[in-house]
Amino acid sequence: MVSKSTSKYIGVIGAGSFGTAVANILAEKNQNVLLYARTPGKAASINETRTCNGYPIHDHIEATDDLEKVGKSCDVIFPIVPSANFREMMKDLSPYLKPYHILIHGTKGFDLNVNRDKIDDQNPLTREHVRTMSEVIKEESSVVRVGCLAGPNLAREISEKKPAATVVASHFDEVIRVGQTLLRNERFLIYGSNDLIGIELCGILKNIIAVGAGTIAGLGLGENAKALFISRGLVEMVQIGKALGGNAQAFLSLAGVGDLMATSYSSLSRNFTVGNRLAHGEDIKAIIDSMEEVAEGVKTIDIINELARTYRVRVPITETLHRIISNEMSVDDAHRYLMKFPFRAEIDME
Amino acid sequence: MRKQKEKVRYSEIIPRTQQWPIVQLAKDRKAFIGEVTNESFDSLKTITRGRSLREELEMTVYREKLRMKANPWRVDPKDEKPFWKSIQDRLVDSATLPPAEAKEIEEGLLREIIHRYADEIAGNFKKNSYRFARAFITFGFARLLNATRVKGFTSLFSRQLDLDDKIQIVGEPEHIRALAKKGTVVMVPTHFSNLDSILIGWVIQFLGLPAFIYGAGLNLFNLKIFAYFMNSLGAYKVDRRKKNPVYLETLKTYSSMALRRGCHSLFFPGGTRSRSGQIEKALKLGLLSTTIEAQRIMYQQENAENKARKIFIVPVVINYNFTLEAPALINEHLKRTGQERYYKEADEFTTSYKIASFLFKFFTKGSNISVTIGKGMDILGNYVDMEGHSLDSTGAIIHPKDYFISQGEITVDHQREQEYVRILAKRIVEEYHKYNRVFASHLVAYTAFKMMERKNPKLDLYNLLRVPDEDAMIDYEEFKTAWKKLRKRILKLEKKGKVGVAEHMKEKANLAIEHGLANLGMYHAQRPLVKKGDKVIIQDMNTLYYYHNRMEGYGLEKHI
Repeated sequence: MVSKSTSKYIGVIGAGSFGTAVANILAEKNQNVLLYARTPGKAASINETRTCNGYPIHDHIEATDDLEKVGKSCDVIFPIVPSANFREMMKDLSPYLKPYHILIHGTKGFDLNVNRDKIDDQNPLTREHVRTMSEVIKEESSVVRVGCLAGPNLAREISEKKPAATVVASHFDEVIRVGQTLLRNERFLIYGSNDLIGIELCGILKNIIAVGAGTIAGLGLGENAKALFISRGLVEMVQIGKALGGNAQAFLSLAGVGDLMATSYSSLSRNFTVGNRLAHGEDIKAIIDSMEEVAEGVKTIDIINELARTYRVRVPITETLHRIISNEMSVDDAHRYLMKFPFRAEIDME
Repeated sequence: MRKQKEKVRYSEIIPRTQQWPIVQLAKDRKAFIGEVTNESFDSLKTITRGRSLREELEMTVYREKLRMKANPWRVDPKDEKPFWKSIQDRLVDSATLPPAEAKEIEEGLLREIIHRYADEIAGNFKKNSYRFARAFITFGFARLLNATRVKGFTSLFSRQLDLDDKIQIVGEPEHIRALAKKGTVVMVPTHFSNLDSILIGWVIQFLGLPAFIYGAGLNLFNLKIFAYFMNSLGAYKVDRRKKNPVYLETLKTYSSMALRRGCHSLFFPGGTRSRSGQIEKALKLGLLSTTIEAQRIMYQQENAENKARKIFIVPVVINYNFTLEAPALINEHLKRTGQERYYKEADEFTTSYKIASFLFKFFTKGSNISVTIGKGMDILGNYVDMEGHSLDSTGAIIHPKDYFISQGEITVDHQREQEYVRILAKRIVEEYHKYNRVFASHLVAYTAFKMMERKNPKLDLYNLLRVPDEDAMIDYEEFKTAWKKLRKRILKLEKKGKVGVAEHMKEKANLAIEHGLANLGMYHAQRPLVKKGDKVIIQDMNTLYYYHNRMEGYGLEKHI
């Protein structure tokens, strides 16, 4: 007895701004899209008002709060929920997933599968404790055909139908093909990559640098300083990325440098905004509480700071940002400190 | 009256050998070779690899001529040279013909080559000699064992000790027996010694399973006594010297088609014996990929009356205290520059005399072997239950067919299947680590070697192996402390189900260490490790390194 699939819908899980933007792109190509929202209230309001987070949604989109329906009526699903809720969502979805499903996620953060209280010098945080979303999907379900979306994709601009491009990364050519077929249109280009982990790491790590770039903008230190910061930041991304199992090449791609530029220069970026507000003297907790959507960068700074210690990678930028968000250092002092830091090594592409 | 202790005896799951798929296959040998030739031919025609058929043929001829010159073997057939000469002549002659005619000749030559390969690969299984070889191994070895262990030569006909006293089978033997009835079993053992093939042959019949077919290195057929056992145990031949695409495709098709006919198969997925002594980390994906292809084709061909047979992968881990070939293997490993070269067979398995004397030592001295039969998995490495259903990590039933389905249809996607092979290989390696049984001997080797590393932090591996004799000793008390610490760690891993531990490991530290030292590489001319007074002395760094490697991959180095 093999389950027959009915490909009536394409699924999108997560009705945040990026999830909505992806749902709209999918729907534009005459596909029926099932958009999952966590609460019945939100799903009902989307269906009623035909808007989501203030953006209009396409006629082909139907909102639901029923994961079973998503699993059973979609062969291809795009999960786009914050990393902190991702595993939980997968656990709920997993009973309805079969090996024929294809999942392409758009979440740029880490999953932490260990209680932070248990981490100490004897038991350091390692790569085993930290998972990318594709790894979470594989751990929590029988789905193996997994991919990710990454690239400079500020949700607002996509919703405003401005041109953009993205990378679909997967070990499976099939998944890349499916992603291209479903998403490509005349103003949205899709590149493919087989380096799934590398591309996921790009999307995750660039958020750290985006927070830092925000602080520079906030302090009004100028474009030279920002360019200096971003290029040093890229080196740091590559070094920590390599320690975590990524290739240096990925960081030069659209999902690496491309995404880094967009987020580090745009006030539309949540991570940039966090840094910007930190520089204006706001408290980190107050900033997080006031934001509607999650800025993944803050959690990532904390994780990478810890991992870098375990793997003995020098990450001066992450370390300094970590001191800022744990209120050990002011933004001003941080930048003075970084200007004195003896950066030596350039990127080693080997 | 003699008292026999209760022993597990397994009945044959298919008592009538006539019905064994392998017997059917042997009967059909000629027709089967024909089928293999046709299918290989069709797939080679479609796979272009950016080369024309002519280029492919030229390359094949060139490589074969090179092989015959550089590395001839005793088993090579006499007509090899004329055969390739004739292929080459006809290839050259047809070069100037009009394209259509040339193509016809090229395809004819391709078919000829494939047919020759398929005929060479195909096994010569004979039911009667299987019975004989089987009886010989069980009976003969058992007699030898009794003669030497019980009361001297007069007890040659005693039934007191059997081979299964010497070889412990642990793990999930009932599972493999159940699965062999439900579908086609592919056994994938670790590979440390040439003895493995015969050992596994014995295990298969001991468990009451029908004969398996398996790919054995053609070099083993150089030796008459091995050749006899191999043929009779269902071996087909794998020639590692031939790396041309035509040969590899034929080999894969042979394996895939035999699986589809329901022949239980055995692959050593590590390819060759582990040179370093480490558990296989990188598996050869070629033959493994045939399991996935065969399963997909069976799903494509299934219909309402004829359900596809399922293929089950069963990892098997063989543990010795001792590997006969260790000194030669480790030397080869150390010399190796990273490239796979033609290698000369220069190890202890070169003469029948050496094997016989090894077997004699093996049966007369107490050094046990344990064979762990792993839990059966489907072609993507999901565990299966006793009924053969695939289970996901939560224990829910899933259907492997779904892995091949895209938009509701089974599709053929080679890149996808390549990824699946990788997933499967990774799962097998995980299972190997889990089923590896730690013997005290492995751990003494590991402890001693790691302590030497700590003592000489400035030396690289090659210098460490050449450390002068006066430095090659460790204080026993220090050694014991470190050993105990590692044992604690290993027992922790055992609790988590990440490794197996032999019973003797749980004895008092002094005793267990003594056991380990006594068994570590016990038949080598020079024992790697001995205890003298309050010192542990390293007599042979290379073999110590070899045995230490067995414990790599568990993150133990942090605990010393």
